[in-house]
Amino acid sequence: MSDRPTVIYYYDGTYAGFLSCVFESFSEKEIPAGIFAADTADQTCLFGAKYIETDRQRAERVRVSIPKKMGLEAEDLLERAFLTCMPQRELHMLEFMRLGYQVGRRVCSMLTDPTVDRIEKAVKFLGREAHLLLGFVRFSECGDVLIAQIEPKNNVLPVIAPHFISRFSGEDFMIFDRTNKMALIYKDGEPSFLRAEKIELPPESPEEQQCRAMWRTFYDTIGIEGRRNELCRRTHMPRRYWKDMTELQHLV
Amino acid sequence: MDTMEKLRILTDAAKYDVACTSSGVDRAGVKGQLGSAAACGICHSFASDGRCISLLKVLMSNACAYDCAYCLNRRSNDTPRTTFRPRELADLTISFYRRNYIEGLFLSSAVVGTPDYTCELMLQTLYILRREYRFGGYIHVKAIPGADEALIRELGLLADRMSVNIELPSNDSLKRLAPQKTKESILAPMTRIRDGIRENAHDLVKYRSAPQFVPGGQSTQMIIGATPESDRRILQLTEGLYKKYSLKRVFYSAYIPLVEDRNLPALNTAPPLLREHRLYQADWLLRFYGFTAGEILDDAHPDFNPVLDPKCNWAVNHPEEFPVEVNRAPYEKLLRVPGIGVLSAKRIVRARRETKLDFDGLKRIGVVLKRASYFITCQGKSASRIQTDNPAVLMGILRDRGLPQGGFQPEMPEQLSLFTPTKEDGVKCLTGQL
Repeated sequence: MSDRPTVIYYYDGTYAGFLSCVFESFSEKEIPAGIFAADTADQTCLFGAKYIETDRQRAERVRVSIPKKMGLEAEDLLERAFLTCMPQRELHMLEFMRLGYQVGRRVCSMLTDPTVDRIEKAVKFLGREAHLLLGFVRFSECGDVLIAQIEPKNNVLPVIAPHFISRFSGEDFMIFDRTNKMALIYKDGEPSFLRAEKIELPPESPEEQQCRAMWRTFYDTIGIEGRRNELCRRTHMPRRYWKDMTELQHLV
Repeated sequence: MDTMEKLRILTDAAKYDVACTSSGVDRAGVKGQLGSAAACGICHSFASDGRCISLLKVLMSNACAYDCAYCLNRRSNDTPRTTFRPRELADLTISFYRRNYIEGLFLSSAVVGTPDYTCELMLQTLYILRREYRFGGYIHVKAIPGADEALIRELGLLADRMSVNIELPSNDSLKRLAPQKTKESILAPMTRIRDGIRENAHDLVKYRSAPQFVPGGQSTQMIIGATPESDRRILQLTEGLYKKYSLKRVFYSAYIPLVEDRNLPALNTAPPLLREHRLYQADWLLRFYGFTAGEILDDAHPDFNPVLDPKCNWAVNHPEEFPVEVNRAPYEKLLRVPGIGVLSAKRIVRARRETKLDFDGLKRIGVVLKRASYFITCQGKSASRIQTDNPAVLMGILRDRGLPQGGFQPEMPEQLSLFTPTKEDGVKCLTGQL
């Protein structure tokens, strides 16, 4: 492959689309200078731009090759890396895959390699944010449906969905992600993901208001004044999450 | 009294209880029912003191029949009294849980009338939650010392975790401050819970459908700084509790003077937060790092070093164990290096199969070189610019620096009064992720 990048790939933003880009890169023996989802990149640039059509068959060939050549752990790592907010994540993932095809299963143990390290750190951040949100998501009762909104940095919805589906399996609920403009909808025991620009919520019922007031009372009472520690609170619960949390939104 | 007011009073009375963890049990949700549990535990919020809020932590009642000197709910204290109705509390728990405010319920109580009656109230609440509402979330319940064995067993079958408070670190202190409690009355339910868990493990092997008894294990807590025990004594007690009673966790709570008593520290005494923090650090060393209490503190040093964390302190005083060559040292040795934690030790072992480790690589792995570099070599090379076999020099460089947090004034021994604990320590010692 020639090492001088001369081209930029655009694709439709799906994982299959990304895998098609990987296929293109290998079949054309070229490393792109960037891989961007079509609606996010500005079109004026020095390099030649190529729009890579999502090709199911090509994507499938790449997808199958990953666990075969570099193991299940690498496959999981890549799928998660795709959900992270790392700048240029597609390019870094391609780099990781090139290394993976070269060294095989060992790739996941190469913790001191900058390429592997980059992916690992990004995935760790995704995991950490997803874990925090398992706790920080706040539902409101709107009629019979529970509705929550989040604004994460990473695309955590696919990561946290199984947890909420298992926990609230008897309920109907929705979680809307304002960053990625995506909603998880769980109705009559069936989950689905939906793209949406924004959602409008009806005004809260008196019962909902009462419940929120009780929760605020609990929250305000449970802290021990003699041990007040703002820095510690913010370290564990960064302020950017506060605006969607019932007990804290009045402090934002 | 309305539920809101009860919630305020009974939360206020419960807030000094330390444990708020929801860990130790993995239970998937059941189709159509509410609730699940995650072994890692989930924090739902953090209070203004930085402690994690995972469970709805309340008392069943604060109308106590006892008169323990250190306790806010003691009979002789003039404070409003109230008791939840079991259904009221169960409904509150469900409405909080559905909105994802909490991971479950942490139920403790003052002794209303008799221990048995108190236990029955708690039992009714748990019964409504588990049997009637089919609630699958986490439940932590305090065993009430002196309650009937059958009631404790019944509670254990409905709860995920149980705890009995040790309260104070020695029998003498108990006699002085909690005359109605004895070491025996506290250890008896603890023993029963331990035996219940052991029997249950046996039953579960034989019958898969045997009901689970306290699957999340038991924990305890004690108050630090209200009585004169040394750190060494407390740590030994902790070690004994882990070994003899197979506890999952021991919690420490820095004593905050709230009531006046001639047997207690004066009202304006600051809570010994640094001491509490050091105890937690040492507790981690016991549970995850293969240290024994005798290694951390001994007769010559019965109390923690205020300017060094216990692991650094041990390393500085054992120059014969270092340096450790990261490319060859066994896992157990790596664990003892300051700046290398459980995770980074595991990652070192994994990464060195593929490549020779250097200092850049170690940094990527997550080793804190600021501390570790004085105790390790990479391929025979050291990154330390100072003499590492002199404890005094090392101590100077590793000591905690920075400014204390508000309200954070540890007592310092004279010869070390130049140093103050770090900001980082000030934050960490207040963390609620216990």
